[in-house]
Amino acid sequence: MEDFAQPIVNGILLGGLYAIIAIGMSTMFGIVKLVNLAHGDLMILGSFLSLSLGTWMGIGPLWTLLLVVPIMYFVGFFVQGFLLNRVLGKEMEPPLLVAFGVSIILQNLLLMIYTPDARSLMTDLAVKTIPITSYLNIPVIYLLDALIGVAVITILYLLFQRTYLGRAIRAASDDEVAARLMGVNTRNIYAKAMGIAMMSAGVAGVLVGMTFTFYPHTGPQYLIIAFGVVVIGGLGSMKGTLAGGLILALSQLLGAQIFGPGYQLFCGYVVLLIVLAVRPQGIFGTV
Amino acid sequence: MAEVLALRVFDLDAHYKDFQALWAVSLDVKKGEVVSIIGANGSGKSTLLNTISGLLTPTRGTIEFFGQEIGDLVPHKTVAEGISLVPEGRRVFTRLTVNENLVMGSYVPRSRPNKNKSLKDIHELFPVLKARQNQMADTLSGGEQQMLAIGRALMSEPKLILCDEISLGLAPMIIKDIYKRLMQINAEGLTIVLVEQDIRRSLKAANHAYVMLEGKVVLEGEPSSLTEDEVKKAYFGL
Ligand SMILES: Nc1ncnc2c1ncn2[C@@H]1O[C@H](COP(=O)(O)OP(=O)(O)OP(=O)(O)O)[C@@H](O)[C@H]1O
Ligand SMILES: [Mg+2]
Repeated sequence: MEDFAQPIVNGILLGGLYAIIAIGMSTMFGIVKLVNLAHGDLMILGSFLSLSLGTWMGIGPLWTLLLVVPIMYFVGFFVQGFLLNRVLGKEMEPPLLVAFGVSIILQNLLLMIYTPDARSLMTDLAVKTIPITSYLNIPVIYLLDALIGVAVITILYLLFQRTYLGRAIRAASDDEVAARLMGVNTRNIYAKAMGIAMMSAGVAGVLVGMTFTFYPHTGPQYLIIAFGVVVIGGLGSMKGTLAGGLILALSQLLGAQIFGPGYQLFCGYVVLLIVLAVRPQGIFGTV
Repeated sequence: MAEVLALRVFDLDAHYKDFQALWAVSLDVKKGEVVSIIGANGSGKSTLLNTISGLLTPTRGTIEFFGQEIGDLVPHKTVAEGISLVPEGRRVFTRLTVNENLVMGSYVPRSRPNKNKSLKDIHELFPVLKARQNQMADTLSGGEQQMLAIGRALMSEPKLILCDEISLGLAPMIIKDIYKRLMQINAEGLTIVLVEQDIRRSLKAANHAYVMLEGKVVLEGEPSSLTEDEVKKAYFGL
């Protein structure tokens, strides 16, 4: 049992991080049926933004959130409003291709500016732990990831449930024509929704940057995590996203504990496949 | 008192790509009136309402709302001006609760401050919507969904409401009930345009009626002045 305490605790905490990585993508899929292939790269853009702002202004990564989050809102608003909205329509392929294009452009842009070197967002928290027992420590950075992840998802939930903007987003995803008849400018609403999704991706990017190293090409790796979370948890529910993050992270870390570190990703995919086979709509999915 | 025109549609054409769906349609709706538009399937009734509310842009002609040209406005602008459409097939937000649907009706900035009062009024008008307020809209019966669609359209405090086949697929009892409520709000001053296939019911309710056929207005007049024979001929294009 002692061997499993640490991976279980880490898995639970990492689950919160996975959930916030995925929430923006899950939200956008729910709203405009867009599989945002650039989601991971946009998140990594958040990491690099934080890196530059932190160095330039001499502030810690968490403080850079105050700038990264609003900047990411405008990035999202722009990507949806000026690129994706133009190809929105009956078919799924054109938006998919545009998102793919955004992904490639972003990766190469980051490569040009930042070189392929590994980076991380320096913080004292990265090495701090809270000792619980002789065999169990809580890594402070993981704890922070989980707390911020859950907080952001809760805020998003409240926004979607309680505000006119949130209801308009849900209404537009339910029936676009009817939403327009209520006075909703749906194109504008989609851009705002993407802006909000990217705000959460910005937070995720900063947390990921504080927790792991990142490169201009790290985006797709997180896109796959986001996919995994969404597939396991089911689309369109915040509960599902949290549960999906938890299950994916736990299965990765427990798998690594049982079979060895080389099997971490593999075990995540196995659980993914099992969920796909048994419950393709995801654990909390409805359709 | 001089009669005020709520809506004046003049010489209106509308197309779906190359297909012309409306041909020089003209129609007047006076403030406070109930106007019926009847016509067979595919005669262009929904197209006309959709064009008035801005879902479709006319290719020719004008639409004036209380004297103001609104022909090229998009839907979120026409709602703000005070035109509400109850669309064909109800189109309630299935994954929103009944109350959330109603609150969406008060989305335009003009009506947001009065949201709570409007909600209370709709709950009084359709008590069943109050009883079901926290249910998802797709759990409602067809009649209840139609009431919700009407209630939602009223939440924006419109000056004019356009109703597209609100009796379609509903039991006669329910239709009678819904019409009773509509006449009640008309008595309070709301101008109403009714699109129906049910000739008798909509003629009974209307101050003025238009018959459409193949995208054109082929007959109009006060229901009392129209003979049944005349209407049938126009309706079927005999
Ligand atoms: N989205 C569309 N694209 C192309 N043609 C359309 C479209 N909607 C309607 N039409 C065509 O326009 C004509 C008028 O249709 P419309 O829906 O206005 O008729 P309607 O009088 O409302 O009929 P119904 O009583 O069946 O509702 C029909 O010939 C129809 O096929
Ligand atoms: Mg119709």
